[in-house]
Amino acid sequence: MAEMVKKATRESFGMALTELARENPDVVVLDADLAAATKTGIFKKEFPDRFIDCGIAECNMIGIAAGLATCGKIPFAASFAMFSAGRAFEQVRNSVGYPKLNVKIAGSHAGISTGEDGATHQCCEDIALMRTIPGMVVLNPSDHYEMIAAVKAAAKHQGPVYIRLGRLAVESINNNDDYHFELGKGITLRDGKDITIVATGLMVSEAVKAAKALEAEGVDARVINIHTIKPLDKELIVKAAKETGRIVTVEEHNIIGGLGEAVAAAVCEECPVPVTRIGVNDVYGHSGPAVDLLKEFGLCADHIAEVVKDVLKK
Amino acid sequence: MNACEKKQLQINACKVRMGAVEGVYCAKSGHPGGSLSAADIFTYLYFKEMHIDPKDPKNPDRDRFVLSKGHCAPGLYAALALRGYFSMDELKTLRHIGAMLQGHPDMKGTPGIDMSSGSLGQGISAACGMAKAAKMDGKDYRVYTLLGDGECEEGQVWEAAMFAGHQKLDNLCVIVDFNGLQIDGPISEVAGPEPFDKKFEAFGFDVQVIDGHDFDALEAAFNHAKTVKGKPSAIICKTVKGKGVSYMENQVGWHGTAPNTEQYEVAKNELCAQLSELEAE
Repeated sequence: MAEMVKKATRESFGMALTELARENPDVVVLDADLAAATKTGIFKKEFPDRFIDCGIAECNMIGIAAGLATCGKIPFAASFAMFSAGRAFEQVRNSVGYPKLNVKIAGSHAGISTGEDGATHQCCEDIALMRTIPGMVVLNPSDHYEMIAAVKAAAKHQGPVYIRLGRLAVESINNNDDYHFELGKGITLRDGKDITIVATGLMVSEAVKAAKALEAEGVDARVINIHTIKPLDKELIVKAAKETGRIVTVEEHNIIGGLGEAVAAAVCEECPVPVTRIGVNDVYGHSGPAVDLLKEFGLCADHIAEVVKDVLKK
Repeated sequence: MNACEKKQLQINACKVRMGAVEGVYCAKSGHPGGSLSAADIFTYLYFKEMHIDPKDPKNPDRDRFVLSKGHCAPGLYAALALRGYFSMDELKTLRHIGAMLQGHPDMKGTPGIDMSSGSLGQGISAACGMAKAAKMDGKDYRVYTLLGDGECEEGQVWEAAMFAGHQKLDNLCVIVDFNGLQIDGPISEVAGPEPFDKKFEAFGFDVQVIDGHDFDALEAAFNHAKTVKGKPSAIICKTVKGKGVSYMENQVGWHGTAPNTEQYEVAKNELCAQLSELEAE
């Protein structure tokens, strides 16, 4: 059994890049003056010659990454999600996505848990933006171990990948020996027959906690971890729809355009069952400690359990 | 260059102009004005300056070219076809459904296209990335990118210029097609992106301002650029939009309009006459 660690996935990202770079000389890392926050600084320390600080110019950074990729490099370009996926959306779409270049884009400080910085930095739209780009793989790892695996898988995958990183330290949930990461494959963390909770990123651990609490009240909830939002593991989700009849999705993202809509669309086409979306309800966030904000926005185990019980009553 | 070499470049430039106008005519849309203003630059790059091999378009050691002003693809396609990357007949299929030649350059499907482009301001960043890759790998290929003067209104151009200067990318050569016109009118009236020379100088570039239709001046400028160490080069080329077709010259309206059949015949006859004159001399 791997060690239980409490780490922000951004830190795991910085560690994973460094590990990867030792094995693969083509890996280079770009940042836009946020190396201390995105944790690419960990990479910079060991590989200063393979680290490019582009300054506060994210749109140019994505173009630089595209140019490097045409010359055989595997660039990882990191900034806050608001800027790498948000501000530079069109550069990602036209300079990376359209030519199918081998660029990995990282968005840290995603979601409400960015905390005190407030609404301008709490990007709850990155998944929606990135999943509309043809050919883009969208990853949202749930803990340290999953981030390490996701970074390796992203480097192995030929083509553009978006990876979402969190600011908040989270306890590991994937520290078991049989953990296996496969791009595009969801992971059933807990079997159940009454309802399925489909969660992504930091919300996976909350979903597991909610399922445990529900068990005590006689509710048998299945929990699926979707680390790859695109391509979505439709097979696993449709199977859950058929077997449990109801789905609740949980994401630290706008309920518009994220995991919830992706799951609803998949289910609609194959096996229509009620899908209830828990997420940021099409509003901006505000300043405050991350944990308090998550509670306020209903992105916690207690609220997930309440929603599940309400759904089952209907 | 000797007189014979210069004559051959002039002949090729005339053929590039004919190919560009033919492509836009057959497509019934596209951008003739900027394709014609940049025709001599395309010709100089592909027939004199760059180390390239049309038979080996992906050679990792080749020089690169990024058409940051991607809408002038008809001119670039004509130069690539004439240089032997693909058949001149392809130009007639420009912008057609299923055709290789897209409205804006697509690196996935067209031999010789080093970067997809078209969204203004983005090509120069990719060119900087290519130049940085060469530096990281200790390779000596050079990277060329052509910008429009109107394109310089995009903020990303100056983000990239800052990067190139700061990173001392002396293997990068930025060329500006300074024809003075953009879709909504003269650049001085629309948004005033000038001065180009002082801006690039301020970002740490070696800057030259030349006549972009004079092959001697192009040769001198590109040769000088190769001798500059520790800083990127900018060559501001003063050009005439629509150059070579009398009714298109300096006319804003020919930025993105295709000639009708009658107009095409006039353009073709004018360019044919120029070619005959050059070949007769």
